[in-house]
Amino acid sequence: MSAVRLLVGTRKGAFVLTSDGKRADWKVSGPHFAGWEIYHLKGSPIDQNRIYASQSTSWFGQMVQRSDDGGETWEAVGKDFNYDGTPGTHQWYDGTQHPWEFKRVWHLEPSLTDPDTVYAGVEDAALFRTNDGARTWQELPGLRSAKGNLWQPGAGGMCLHTILLDPSNPDRIFVAISAAGAFRTDDAGKTWSPINKGLKSPYELPDSTAEVGHCVHRIAMHSSSPNVLFMQKHWDVMRSDNAGDLWHEVSDNLPSDFGFPIDVHAHEPETIYVVPIKSDSEHFPPDGKLRVYRSRSGGNQWEALTKGLPQSDCYVNVLRDAMAVDSLDKCGIYFGTTGGQVYASADAGDTWNAVVRDLPAVLSIEAQTLP
Amino acid sequence: MIRVVLPTHLRTLAGVNDEVQLDVQGEVTQRTVIDALEARYPTLRGTVRDQATQKRRVLVRFFACSEDLSHESPDAPLPALVATGAEPFFIIGAMAGG
Repeated sequence: MSAVRLLVGTRKGAFVLTSDGKRADWKVSGPHFAGWEIYHLKGSPIDQNRIYASQSTSWFGQMVQRSDDGGETWEAVGKDFNYDGTPGTHQWYDGTQHPWEFKRVWHLEPSLTDPDTVYAGVEDAALFRTNDGARTWQELPGLRSAKGNLWQPGAGGMCLHTILLDPSNPDRIFVAISAAGAFRTDDAGKTWSPINKGLKSPYELPDSTAEVGHCVHRIAMHSSSPNVLFMQKHWDVMRSDNAGDLWHEVSDNLPSDFGFPIDVHAHEPETIYVVPIKSDSEHFPPDGKLRVYRSRSGGNQWEALTKGLPQSDCYVNVLRDAMAVDSLDKCGIYFGTTGGQVYASADAGDTWNAVVRDLPAVLSIEAQTLP
Repeated sequence: MIRVVLPTHLRTLAGVNDEVQLDVQGEVTQRTVIDALEARYPTLRGTVRDQATQKRRVLVRFFACSEDLSHESPDAPLPALVATGAEPFFIIGAMAGG
């Protein structure tokens, strides 16, 4: 019988939540790495017991952990993230140029074909890759050549938080950076281009349609249609039908088009999910009602999903990496909140249950569908 | 032997439950103690001082003999009581308010 394993990163450790295919009863394991910030954990899609975790604190810096047994035991592996050559500079808050400085790993994306190959998105924004199971990391420096000198951190830091690997084209990778925008390579990471045409940021940028500088919060793709991308921007939910060459807005009837995560149904490439947040200065749901919104038309025509979610006095946030789907039928969808709740739906969002209610603030969730 | 007391997170990373004892060659300074610590427990590289700059991480403090030595030169001799092993060298995670 199938099972689901959720890998939950929080402000104070990692948790592993497991259930059988019914997804009604959950076992909670953790905290692993208690007291450390776990920005992200993710398993290899071809060896699901191989899991990588980003572990850090402001006190003691960055660690990377690797498990070869599904999260039962862990080994500290390589944590040297050295920018290629002379790191150079990017824009600082005061408009001066500031040296690139490594702060932490935000996101780990294992290869679709090799469990020893993993991409790491870091702050200050850059992309690293390991080909030896995270023993050593090398930067793909071409990304920072894509107008990196013009990138400028937002309040949350200049982080590379999204890495999408095109399953139909091993040379194509998409990344997104806050607050620089989205970028694409078509030559396996050697050269990169900004893909931000169609984005409008009138309240964040002096040139609202600038080539770089947009605060992209998350992008998502369905593996069956890798040229179709969905984006939750600072404000605006966007869609591209040509691999990011041009974006158009699909916010339509959302109560707010500000938010952080966006994800795609495992079996319906045109069914997408967002969690509207009131505004950039009020990071909580509009009207104190925690609502996931689902569009079955690839954007626009949004419906609120509320059954089982708090509909009064709810003032949590859902961060950009804190939503995931499993690949069972029906599709399961999960999200975690800054209040420490992990909500699960075993019916594509129609109804929800809290798997746990009192974890530390949830930073990330990944779902593994196990045989 | 030099005695070093680690903060909880670093004890966990190093896999130790108590203070650690290090054989330090030559003069006993912050640098030589941390060199010996990192050689003995490679997983601690970068956790006490930045790997690139070799400077103390900003939220790490060094105490010994009831004194804060955090701002001393990394090459200054540590107190004789630390060098003889009579007193431990404390590596501390700085207070974080709240």
